[in-house]
Amino acid sequence: MAAVSLKIDGKTVETAPGRSVMQAARDAGIGIPALCDHPALPPEGACRICLVEIEGQRAPQPACTFQVSAGLVVQTRSPHVVAARKLVLELLLSDHPLDCLTCESTGSCLLQDLAYEYDVKGDRWRGRHHDYPVDSSNPFIQVDRNKCIVCRRCVRACNSINGVEAISIFHRGFNASIGFGADGPMQDSPCEFCGSCVAVCPTGALRPKLAIGKGRPWQVKKVDTICSYCGVGCKLTLHVRDNRIIGADGAWDGPVNRGWTCVKGRFGHDYVRHPDRLTKPRVRHYLLHGGKKRRDGTGWDWVETDWDTALEVAARGLCQIRGKYGADSIGVLCSAKCLNEENYLMNKLARQVIGTNNIDHCARL
Amino acid sequence: MKSDSLSTTSSFEPVLTRNIHRPGSEKIETYLGNGGYRAARRALERTPAEIIQLIKDSGLRGRGGAGFPAGVKWEFMPRDASQKYLAVNTDEGEPGTFKDREIVERDPHQVIEGALIAAYAVGAGRAFVYIRGEFFLGVKRWTKAIADAYEHGFLGKNILKSGFDLEMSVHRGAGAYICGEETAMLESLEGKPGNPRLKPPYPAQAGLFGLPTLVHNIETLACIPHIIERGPDWFAGIGTAQSKGPKIFSVSGHVNRPGNYELPLGVTLREIIYTHAGGVRDGRRLKAVIPGGASTPIMTAMQIDVPMAFETLRAAGSELGTGAVIVMDETTCMVEVARRLTRFFSHESCGRCVPCRIGSVRLYEALERVERGQGEIPDIDRILELAHGIGGITFCPMGTALVNPARSAIKCFRNEFEDHVRKGHCVVSRRAFRGGPDGKDSHRR
Ligand SMILES: Cc1cc2nc3c(=O)[nH]c(=O)nc-3n(C[C@H](O)[C@H](O)[C@H](O)COP(=O)(O)O)c2cc1C
Ligand code: SF4
Ligand code: SF4
Ligand code: FES
Repeated sequence: MAAVSLKIDGKTVETAPGRSVMQAARDAGIGIPALCDHPALPPEGACRICLVEIEGQRAPQPACTFQVSAGLVVQTRSPHVVAARKLVLELLLSDHPLDCLTCESTGSCLLQDLAYEYDVKGDRWRGRHHDYPVDSSNPFIQVDRNKCIVCRRCVRACNSINGVEAISIFHRGFNASIGFGADGPMQDSPCEFCGSCVAVCPTGALRPKLAIGKGRPWQVKKVDTICSYCGVGCKLTLHVRDNRIIGADGAWDGPVNRGWTCVKGRFGHDYVRHPDRLTKPRVRHYLLHGGKKRRDGTGWDWVETDWDTALEVAARGLCQIRGKYGADSIGVLCSAKCLNEENYLMNKLARQVIGTNNIDHCARL
Repeated sequence: MKSDSLSTTSSFEPVLTRNIHRPGSEKIETYLGNGGYRAARRALERTPAEIIQLIKDSGLRGRGGAGFPAGVKWEFMPRDASQKYLAVNTDEGEPGTFKDREIVERDPHQVIEGALIAAYAVGAGRAFVYIRGEFFLGVKRWTKAIADAYEHGFLGKNILKSGFDLEMSVHRGAGAYICGEETAMLESLEGKPGNPRLKPPYPAQAGLFGLPTLVHNIETLACIPHIIERGPDWFAGIGTAQSKGPKIFSVSGHVNRPGNYELPLGVTLREIIYTHAGGVRDGRRLKAVIPGGASTPIMTAMQIDVPMAFETLRAAGSELGTGAVIVMDETTCMVEVARRLTRFFSHESCGRCVPCRIGSVRLYEALERVERGQGEIPDIDRILELAHGIGGITFCPMGTALVNPARSAIKCFRNEFEDHVRKGHCVVSRRAFRGGPDGKDSHRR
């Protein structure tokens, strides 16, 4: 389709038809503030922070929902829209805890950043405010409704990224707030704890419990990696402080996951430093040093060893079994945690080295 | 103030309300006995395009508040869609408005007939009636009327042997003002929370369950059989340049005879109040009028010679809205009026967008402080600043309407707000403030 040409802040911008003013501006490197809008989610138009002036329109329009058309003339920083944004921020802050000092989101909070940018304090329209109990009854996600700005990013992420529809808005007006399932605890809802909601929440309302208190964004090194849990190969960005993983995000540019992860990828990184984690191969004592194969003696104990030794022991055992009972007495079960290539090699090992067709995969069971 | 004036509309004969005072007016027999469903029979003999043209020629504009030309909306309905819907808006939640309720309770067949003609003209095979949950009698009357219309062959398959089918059902709301807004109503009909939708797409493009949907207020639909019967010229001959036809004005407040009055559009407020509604109660002086329901700006007694029409009220700084006239006499405290109406809107905010969700509460709180004499003079300008800031930046029109009471009350009666602040009590109602800590019931005589 033919490109559409419009003017944003005096700059001519070419974009595809059907895009929003927000998208067109973003592509052109012009920043328009957004709270409810998120590139991975359908537009919502709820927060009104992205208001821009559009020639020919009586009132300011939200950039995130206004579609481009040829010849549009947009002002993103006119005094009128800056005043409107300030009012929106003042109103949001008028019902916000303002405990940024200890808030887990300090440094990664869009509300904080915008309040700073627009020089808005929280004292202009103070009045009735909410005092919800903080819910940390599940192992992964802390829910603090006092910090929720009802942007519905989490609702949309749950619906359109994970497809679970565990989150919705309960009550109306000033008391509108997020809720799970039939407005109970998160763990009693259909929630799968994929954490997509946490990833998109612009404030401190939804936070990963494992990361709380572990480090500010500027103390954290971001390391891109591929998740080690399964063969899907989701791209993760690990948050590392003092060589310890304190959190993980799905990378939005990950070709297979595009930001999404499952509960393990996002929250299951404490195993890395866990004292129970095995970091070296182990072999039963009797296999290395001879003696009886008995469960009650020391021969049954695990002995740490090197890989060559461990593999040699395993190979020897397999050869013995094959020699005694035949190749079909051996079966191979592959793992979804292995890569395609590893599974392929396992298949070669089973069929061509061991000589059996007894091979299957856990994901098929 | 002149307390009496000659009626300019004495020759006007009511049509929409002509049956409602007959005994058993809600029954299909009564309706049929007075020429009911004759218009539908005629309409079904003509082509849909002809009907649309008639409605366009009549100049009929929506009676639900926005005043959008009905014929234009009908033309927006895509011709090629295989399935289309009609949604009948009986949510009527605008404070001061009680016309739809009377129509449903006393003459539901008039609306069914209008709906049938509209559905035929735009090719909708299914009509969903959405009715405010508190209208218990209305629900009963709708349900009975629909059942009777099915029985007499005015609904269902092959209506009057025309080959046209229309199914109709009633759905009750759960008590939210915002569900009268057409897209919130569609959400509610779909079983979802009543939040307005993003527009575009408009309901005519993608409405109920994603299908093209024509949404109408029931007073709009009630006009349609009469336009078919008497012709578009008759309808266009009533009213002003841009506001045609008869209109039901719900008059409430400090008048001697509150009630619904069907009058031609363009009738003056003065005539409505003094000739039809019997003037201000106890011979008191008129102080202020809200001309079109709670969301329309307040006007002063000086302005009542304005004709009640879309264009004239807009020029006068207000709106025709639903045509619900709320009359206030000299004993009314305008600070209290602004505070209470703002409370209504903040209570009814759906909570979707920030300016309405939080702004309405802050506006209410500021008004409450001033009313109780706890504010300072600059607080009055802060109220205006907030109202001005919220207006025009909300997701739906409700957020913008919510600032009208505060803004217009200060504009017209600023001295009363200042009196509250300076004197700490209300000069108008001679009320003192108990100054209760919770702010509730702070008034006493
Ligand atoms: C906050 C709000 C509340 C509304 N409530 C009603 C209502 O109760 N009844 C109604 O008919 N229209 C109501 N409307 C207007 C509808 O959105 C819509 O314009 C109307 O139903 C269209 O019908 P009409 O063209 O026949 O007027 C409301 C609009 C808003 C913004
Ligand atoms: S919890 Fe976060 S993402 Fe969800 S609505 Fe609240 S602020 Fe938005
Ligand atoms: S203005 Fe916003 S919060 Fe208010 S009713 Fe409309 S969408 Fe809901
Ligand atoms: S970012 Fe556009 S309205 Fe929230």
